[in-house]
Amino acid sequence: MIQPETLQKFQAQYSQAQVSEFRGQTRAVVPREQAYEALQWLRDQLGFDLLVDITCVDYLHYRGAEHRFGLVYLLANTATNERITIRVFVDEPDLTVKSVVPLWEGANWMEREVYDMFGIIFAGHPDHRRILLPEEFAAFPLRKDYPLRGRGERHNFQVITRDKS
Amino acid sequence: MPITAVQTRNLAHDEDQEYIWTLNFGPQHPATHTTLRLVLKLEGERVIDAMPDIGYLHSGFEKIGEHLDYNQYVTVTDRMNYLSPIANNVAWHLAVEKLLGIDVPPRCKYIRTIICELARISDHLLCTGAMGLDIGAFTFFLYAFNRREQIYNIFEELSGARFTNSYTRVGGVAHDASPRFVENVRQFVREFPRTLDDMERLFNRNRIFIDRTKGVGLLSKEEAINYSATGPVARASGVTRDLRKDEPYLAYPDFDFKVCCATGGDCYARFYVRIAEMRESLKIINQAIENLPQGPVNVYVGERTALPNKQQVYQTIEGLITHFELTMTNRGFDVPCEESYHAIEAPNGELGFYIVGDGSDVAYRARCRPPSFIHFALFPKLIKGHTLSDVVAVLGSLNIIAAELDR
Repeated sequence: MIQPETLQKFQAQYSQAQVSEFRGQTRAVVPREQAYEALQWLRDQLGFDLLVDITCVDYLHYRGAEHRFGLVYLLANTATNERITIRVFVDEPDLTVKSVVPLWEGANWMEREVYDMFGIIFAGHPDHRRILLPEEFAAFPLRKDYPLRGRGERHNFQVITRDKS
Repeated sequence: MPITAVQTRNLAHDEDQEYIWTLNFGPQHPATHTTLRLVLKLEGERVIDAMPDIGYLHSGFEKIGEHLDYNQYVTVTDRMNYLSPIANNVAWHLAVEKLLGIDVPPRCKYIRTIICELARISDHLLCTGAMGLDIGAFTFFLYAFNRREQIYNIFEELSGARFTNSYTRVGGVAHDASPRFVENVRQFVREFPRTLDDMERLFNRNRIFIDRTKGVGLLSKEEAINYSATGPVARASGVTRDLRKDEPYLAYPDFDFKVCCATGGDCYARFYVRIAEMRESLKIINQAIENLPQGPVNVYVGERTALPNKQQVYQTIEGLITHFELTMTNRGFDVPCEESYHAIEAPNGELGFYIVGDGSDVAYRARCRPPSFIHFALFPKLIKGHTLSDVVAVLGSLNIIAAELDR
């Protein structure tokens, strides 16, 4: 779904990006340091103006995986309907990625959700809080080492009585 | 008319303004439809800031998706956007089929197209109807709901369930469409335009409705793209993006229909785009039901993806092998260790699933791209500068489904 010329331009600009193809989708793995710059370049130079989604995959139990977390940026071009997927791999000690909220306002809640579920830190995010889970929740539930039924967080919630509220 | 937002006061002086007060809107409020909470900062009746607080309905759908197989998870997708559950079913299984590399037969494509469009009508009816109800038009709501019942009857005939249909399967659908389903859809196509005319006559030139919605919640085209808005919300702001045309899936390339857009970018434009889309959906349904192809509804049993029916299991060796392969716990689908994203134009916007396959028949990661979540992030921007009574109009025009918002 991406034009060959567009892909050539991208590869000429980011020659070290690993580009792969699966069922008509083009994915490009970009080093973490270059991610923000590459996304900005894609938006400004190639017209990928719509940030469709930001999500994350935890590769803890994935066969043959080399990295722990893989961030996924799904971009689309509203004029030519091209799509490209940008992958950024992040590993355990330093889970910080530069926030793309300055590029797309829509990234605000998407990044908050990724932080909420995986614990990836987005440097420079204007409102870096949990979004779906309560603030006092201590774990990151979509990580693969978190059990399906939880670790009993629900039992430790404080009960608010009418007098104390 | 150029889009201009209402001027708000400078927020820097909040502290020394004693007349600024905070209002807790929800989580239980009739106009929030389900449970979502807004903390509004008001100056008199004017909203100067809104802070959405979500997560009340969070039920870990994506985590469950990593533990249920590709056919079981369809029951969970029903519960996401429960106004159009069958569109979620189709979205999920199209994403799975893209990962597996299956192409479904034409009859299945047509049936899925018809139910997607019926789901769109059902969703838009509830959205516009409830928006009318919230700003005071009760009759309008009843008109809309009357027709939704008819759509539920069609779904009941098709899948056996009115509400949580779980109708699609990997490589096909649960049951083939019966002649009665075709008859019911034809009847709906005949009768629905009259209701739509009534609904339009009630609202399109209604002074009260227009005053409440025109110029309220303005969103320009650039902002719509920048905030990742899709679907009717983006199209009401002039973004001509419709995945049915731009990335045709199912049987959409076969049909003649238009993409409905507006340039107003306000609540009235969003309402009007939805009404216009229902007419286009009706056109698609009419073309699809009259040209419904004959033939199998599931992929060929030899492909080992769709569960064969009993006759095939008992009387053919391929059917027996497929049944065995699919039901044994150590067998299952042949899934590549790959990742894929597929999106459909759901009633609310782009509904996509990002699926990571790891060779087993359970998804390694099943990310849902929920349009409601993206659109609710717009809310504080849309409501700033408008009055408290506009909150329900803006909420209604965005069609926030809390179950999909929190998942």
